[in-house]
Amino acid sequence: MSARQNRDPEPLHPHDELLRTDRIPHIWCSGCGIGIVFGALMSAIKKSDIPLDDIAVVSGIGCTGRMAGYIALDSFHTTHGRAIPFATGLKLARPQGNVIVASGDGDLLAIGGNHFIHAARRNIDLTVVCVNNFNYGMTGGQLAPSTPFGAKTTTTPQGSPDEPFNFCSLAAACGAVYVARWTALHIRRVTTAIGEAMNKKGFSFVEILAPCPTAFGRRNKMRRALDLLNFYYDRSVVKHGVHPDEASLDFNQRLVVGKFVDRERPTYLDSYHMVHQREIGDWPTIEHYSTMLAKEKTEA
Amino acid sequence: MAKRVGLEVSLACSEAVKLANVDVIAAYPITPQTHIVEHLSELVADGHLDAEFVPVESEHSAMSACVGSSAAGARTFTSSSAQGLALMHEILFIAPALRLPIVMAVANRSLSGPISIWNDHSDIMAERDIGWIQTFAENGQEVMDLTLHAFKVAEDHRVTLPMIVNLDGFILTHVIEPIEMPSQEEVDAYLPPFEPQQKLDIANPISMGLVGVPEVYTEARKAMLDALEKSYPVIKEHWDGFAQQFGRQYNPIETHHVDDADTVLVTMGSLGETAMTAVDEMRAAGRKVGQVRIRLWRPFPSGDFLDAISGAKTLVVMDRALSPGADSGPVATEIKSLIYATGGGPYVADFVAGLSGRDVTREDFKQMVDKAEAAAAAGDPMTFEMWGVKE
Ligand SMILES: Cc1ncc(C[n+]2csc(CCOP(=O)(O)OP(=O)(O)O)c2C)c(N)n1
Ligand code: SF4
Ligand SMILES: [Mg+2]
Repeated sequence: MSARQNRDPEPLHPHDELLRTDRIPHIWCSGCGIGIVFGALMSAIKKSDIPLDDIAVVSGIGCTGRMAGYIALDSFHTTHGRAIPFATGLKLARPQGNVIVASGDGDLLAIGGNHFIHAARRNIDLTVVCVNNFNYGMTGGQLAPSTPFGAKTTTTPQGSPDEPFNFCSLAAACGAVYVARWTALHIRRVTTAIGEAMNKKGFSFVEILAPCPTAFGRRNKMRRALDLLNFYYDRSVVKHGVHPDEASLDFNQRLVVGKFVDRERPTYLDSYHMVHQREIGDWPTIEHYSTMLAKEKTEA
Repeated sequence: MAKRVGLEVSLACSEAVKLANVDVIAAYPITPQTHIVEHLSELVADGHLDAEFVPVESEHSAMSACVGSSAAGARTFTSSSAQGLALMHEILFIAPALRLPIVMAVANRSLSGPISIWNDHSDIMAERDIGWIQTFAENGQEVMDLTLHAFKVAEDHRVTLPMIVNLDGFILTHVIEPIEMPSQEEVDAYLPPFEPQQKLDIANPISMGLVGVPEVYTEARKAMLDALEKSYPVIKEHWDGFAQQFGRQYNPIETHHVDDADTVLVTMGSLGETAMTAVDEMRAAGRKVGQVRIRLWRPFPSGDFLDAISGAKTLVVMDRALSPGADSGPVATEIKSLIYATGGGPYVADFVAGLSGRDVTREDFKQMVDKAEAAAAAGDPMTFEMWGVKE
């Protein structure tokens, strides 16, 4: 007897309890990397000890942004670029909740780039998951701030003349406390990273290099999803703890992946409460807030 | 005779921009505008258009870059839609204040929320008061023609104001239509190279965008208002010139069977063509129905409009956006205030229809006319209805 015959006639998907199944089928193309990341996100949520009612998922607009519409948790599908500020409001109003931002490279770092750097600077306690497919998938494959130099998009048909951001280095430079990058084929690593990021207090950033065969691959001689998946995976080199500036994406040679940053810094709410709950003295003759916080912790 | 080609309307818009030989295009993609800017980036990349295409990181940056390039004396184009247009809002006011003749194609789409990518006029109605000249196209040929006309008007030294050409998202942007493509020589004869009246020039420095203290702010706004008002005869003049050059005549207010009409449908944008068929069918059935299509929305051609509806007893206005809290949609509100000044005028029924791409059929237009005529006959208070709301 095959295993199949023992199954429920209408087998549930293992993630069904976290899915708004009435919204399925989803809009994602076959072979798209977003589904993999979405699966990893749901696994990480289930594995975490955080009660589901305490988790909210916020996304902006884009193919990746649709995650917020499919997940059966408190979710907020915001406008293009504004996932982080919406999430900031949510987090500040409900600090006990765990707020995950899941969105695309364009959404988070082009039109929303300003919010990204300031949320990292303030160390707002958010988990930001970025599906980096190197272009604006939803609108048909235009240049993004991640598009590799020389890669073709619909707005750079001869190849991009722009220098892309290194998202991980940017996040770290702005003050993120957790920064990791994986490819969509590193499914378990992605799941672990999202889980760690969720448990980390402060601004955590997980970047996933993911295939968009439809818009990006098609214009760059990698039409099949597997071509792109393998391309990113095969070139990836794990370098934990490397300085994020050195965690470069050199598509010709190697794509540095791994956990680059895992450090402590007072979150925005920590510093906020400190300033509002005690006399901190007159600037500039005050201690740095991290010193003050550290003292408070030892005293407590 | 210009050649006729089958072309997606978005591409016709880009081809017009190419024929206009723009210098700078700064844009951020948004459905349903994407094909316009993608085609332009191809034209630039393939060397067919000698321009800078700047794929900026948001619409706010796009409009800001356009202001910068226009201030430097470059012929400048951009295009957007809905959320993107809304994100430009702040800078949209700057362009006419600095008298910068930027041309923009707006692929009209509904504003969120709920999130919608489909067509209506809620995006542009939210930008009614920005001080740009605004026209509406009804089909692909008009998109081509109005785009060329926009550069001609905007850059005319009697005007020097930015100009928007509205085209309905999907209904126009994504359909293929037969379009007469003028030759480069013809366009060059119509549209001379851009001669900025003022520009940022290191040899001859000027300052732009300075503070307007209370002592001068009002006067500066008045000057802008006057410029917009004075653009009206120039807009007409360049449509007449266009007719001479290309054989197609455009008018601020287009009329269809209005002369003896008791009831007049008022439309703006591509649904005007559906309404026209409905009017023809009602005419064939012996009903005295006519139509007015508003082509020039800003500055509003008040005199032309009032002339066109002078014989009408009932107006049936189709609005494609809401003006929440007002007693009708933006187009009907405009018309009612105009009619008020005449001290009489027709009964006005306003129907907000076709929100977020919902189809409006000939049958719908006929039912609107029936409903409006019945309400007028019964002496009902002025009608406002959101058409076809499902129970
Ligand atoms: C203000 C505004 N501008 C433009 C758009 C159009 N738009 C929707 S999604 C998108 C880009 C999405 O790219 P990315 O964030 O990388 O997500 P992906 O689709 O690649 O997952 C754009 C430009 C919009 N919705 N709102
Ligand atoms: S367009 Fe690209 S990113 Fe969007 S669903 Fe398809 S493959 Fe995924
Ligand atoms: Mg993307």
